[in-house]
Amino acid sequence: MSKVKKKVKFIKIDVDKCNGCRACEVACSAFHANPKYSSNNPARSRIRLVRDPLRDVYLPVYAGEHAKAECAGRDKYVIDGKEYSECDFCRASCPSRDVFKEPDSGIPLKCDMCEDDPPQEKPLCVQWCLNDALTYEEREEEVEEEVKLGEMEIGLESMVNKYGLQKVIDTVARMAKKD
Amino acid sequence: MRYAETGYNLEIDLSRGNIERVETDPRLTELHLGGLGTNAKILWDRVPPETEPFSPDNLLIFSTGLLVGTPAPGCNRTIVTTYSPQTLLMGYSMMGGFWAPELKYAGYDKVIFRGKSPNLIYVWINNDKVEIRDASHLRGKGAVETAELIRQELKEPNAQVAAIGLAGENRVYMASIEQGRSSASRLGLGAVMGDKGIKAIAVRGTKDINLARPAEFIKLCNDVLEYIKVRAPKLVPEVMPILAGLGSPQEMLHTDEKWHTENFMWGNARVRRKDFWNKEIEEKWKEALETVRTRLISCYNCPMKCGAIISVPGISTYMMKCFSKLTYTMAAFVEDLDFGFKIAQRATEYGVDGFSTPQAMAFGFELKEAGILTDADFAGCPADNEGRFYWLLDRIVRREGIGDVLANGTYWAAQQIGKGAEAYAHNNIKKHEQLPLKLGMLNPIYFLMYSTGEKMNITQIEGNFPQAPFSTMELKEEFVKDWVQAPNDKFKKYVLDWEMRGERSMPFYPPVEACCEIVDWQEKMHHIDDALGLCAGLSSFPLKPPYHIHNLPTFISSATGIDMDEAGLTQAFNRNRNLVRAVNVRRGLRRADEKPPEDHWKKRFPELEEKLLDAYYKFKGWNKDGIPTKESLQELDLGYVAEDLEQRGIIKNE
Repeated sequence: MSKVKKKVKFIKIDVDKCNGCRACEVACSAFHANPKYSSNNPARSRIRLVRDPLRDVYLPVYAGEHAKAECAGRDKYVIDGKEYSECDFCRASCPSRDVFKEPDSGIPLKCDMCEDDPPQEKPLCVQWCLNDALTYEEREEEVEEEVKLGEMEIGLESMVNKYGLQKVIDTVARMAKKD
Repeated sequence: MRYAETGYNLEIDLSRGNIERVETDPRLTELHLGGLGTNAKILWDRVPPETEPFSPDNLLIFSTGLLVGTPAPGCNRTIVTTYSPQTLLMGYSMMGGFWAPELKYAGYDKVIFRGKSPNLIYVWINNDKVEIRDASHLRGKGAVETAELIRQELKEPNAQVAAIGLAGENRVYMASIEQGRSSASRLGLGAVMGDKGIKAIAVRGTKDINLARPAEFIKLCNDVLEYIKVRAPKLVPEVMPILAGLGSPQEMLHTDEKWHTENFMWGNARVRRKDFWNKEIEEKWKEALETVRTRLISCYNCPMKCGAIISVPGISTYMMKCFSKLTYTMAAFVEDLDFGFKIAQRATEYGVDGFSTPQAMAFGFELKEAGILTDADFAGCPADNEGRFYWLLDRIVRREGIGDVLANGTYWAAQQIGKGAEAYAHNNIKKHEQLPLKLGMLNPIYFLMYSTGEKMNITQIEGNFPQAPFSTMELKEEFVKDWVQAPNDKFKKYVLDWEMRGERSMPFYPPVEACCEIVDWQEKMHHIDDALGLCAGLSSFPLKPPYHIHNLPTFISSATGIDMDEAGLTQAFNRNRNLVRAVNVRRGLRRADEKPPEDHWKKRFPELEEKLLDAYYKFKGWNKDGIPTKESLQELDLGYVAEDLEQRGIIKNE
């Protein structure tokens, strides 16, 4: 497989600079409202500030992939004398907690780096973070060329995700036998 | 659909345990905007003037401002309104933080309490679900501690909690309402909360706030952020560091306290120490601040870092802002700033006002030195400056012995003590303790603000106009060059012509008419902020702020869909200002009450002062006694107010 260059967009999070104002949540939820900016609601934001002032915990986290099931991650991290749970760092919307989900429907949310037409110079949360706790960066990475999946493969993949590979194989085999 | 506001208030009757969600009249938003404006309207309509502050009929209103919860940066204020037990007038203290936006997202613009709960309770507002819950296990707990315990009990780390400490429970007239890094401290509103039996109000909300014209509104917000980036680091020359940039006074950032320690008074607003600040003190105090300051922090959706997390080894962490690191220190005559951080922690948990409380304590010790209070009153009190302040603070919040008297503030304590104690309660306006500031030459602008301000607290009245003239024409020209915030060019001329000495200096310059315009403008900006829930630190308080009279009308119209221009906004301000005045006039406020402390300035000018007050009353459409005239009320759609005042014989039919 051949290597190709890909632009990777990411956000650098400097928790030491976070002033805890949650402007990132405001800007994110406003940008993703439909129509754009017509409403805002931090509970809909795709970035969340884990905030516990009395313990000096200020940790902005972005929504990533949806996880269908709870994971086993219950570890605790102590960094600079401050305790964090593994969940604090986790980007997934998952059944064990109510973050990164639409508050009404429960539909999972995921950061899309504020895709827009014309494109935004930076994601909105970064634009609104005047204290530079969030900075936008891009880097080029060499990645293996992505193989485009065909329609059937996409369908099968979701079946495999849902039922497990063995069950799909068994079912296909059973169906083949019938014929 | 309602825009920017939710269109609903929560009405909670604590005597009956009844909770209702009540739709509000959109016409009132057009007339009074929200926040302070609609609070004044509710107080006027629903609380008769003879109501005692501690009566079940008194209302306690927690209000958001009109633009709170929208993306407008710095729009996060809670405006708490009731009748103050200290001044007996309308008390409206405010707090920043995170509580008001959370209430908006829960679907309410205000929470209005009436009646009294028989037992100590707290209120849990979780979107549509609202509960009155038992708080007997929280009795006596600190305000910060209470918020933590409630969040744990509810298993809701994102709940925002406003709570009182022991002082509020015991109806101390200086009791505050604490909320994270913020507090509504002035005028004893925490005492009314305690009287009603409310230990805390916890809120969590996950609903939307809508905007009428989103694209236009968000552009204005972006302009504000862009402006802050340029303005915040560009300090205005000749202005003390804490006031030269943006935000509320940057007390948590700056360590240079030469100005406060040498210009503000020590003790019971008495002693000026002109040579206090030296290299050694500077280094010690710098180290003291940097040791305990864990992080500089902000209120909701605001880039300014006016507060700090304070962790003093050995005592629990709390948050601080503004000037309270110095109020106890200076009142107690302690030269170690560490003391300021330690006692402020205890005071924050007790929930007391950081201005009035140290002053009441210093007043108490002065009375002891004068022989008016006796050793018996202070039996068991340590002799050292630090120890005796802790001792008295503990007595005040528990209302024990002499603490029970001093808990009513210097004015009422002096009345109760008698024997000439009144002369020692020398730093009050309208029965309320003022900043410990004593100056030389009368400042005519400040004279008017001190006299007529119904917020009682100068930092909440002063603002956009420089406090003193610049020293050179070059600096003056530099200042007015990009002064887009000035209402018109006349104000630029006042700055250019104003001099430190000679004919065009204080107290006769700015001239009387100009003083009226300047004061009216500054008051207007504060009133607009308090109706919108906008922090004064980005608007009415600093020089050259991002929000001003020329861009605020568009903020309001694009957020709400209400037609608004400068004339309309000025009219709304005048309406709200006159309604607040009418509420107080109906409770007996008159010209005789409108005077700064006698010793505020060494050089006074009684004739000029009378002239200033006459002119300002006239400018405001009030009679010689400070009462709004029938005509001016009618022009502001307040005909019903005029009628009421007429029926009571307050407005005479001449």
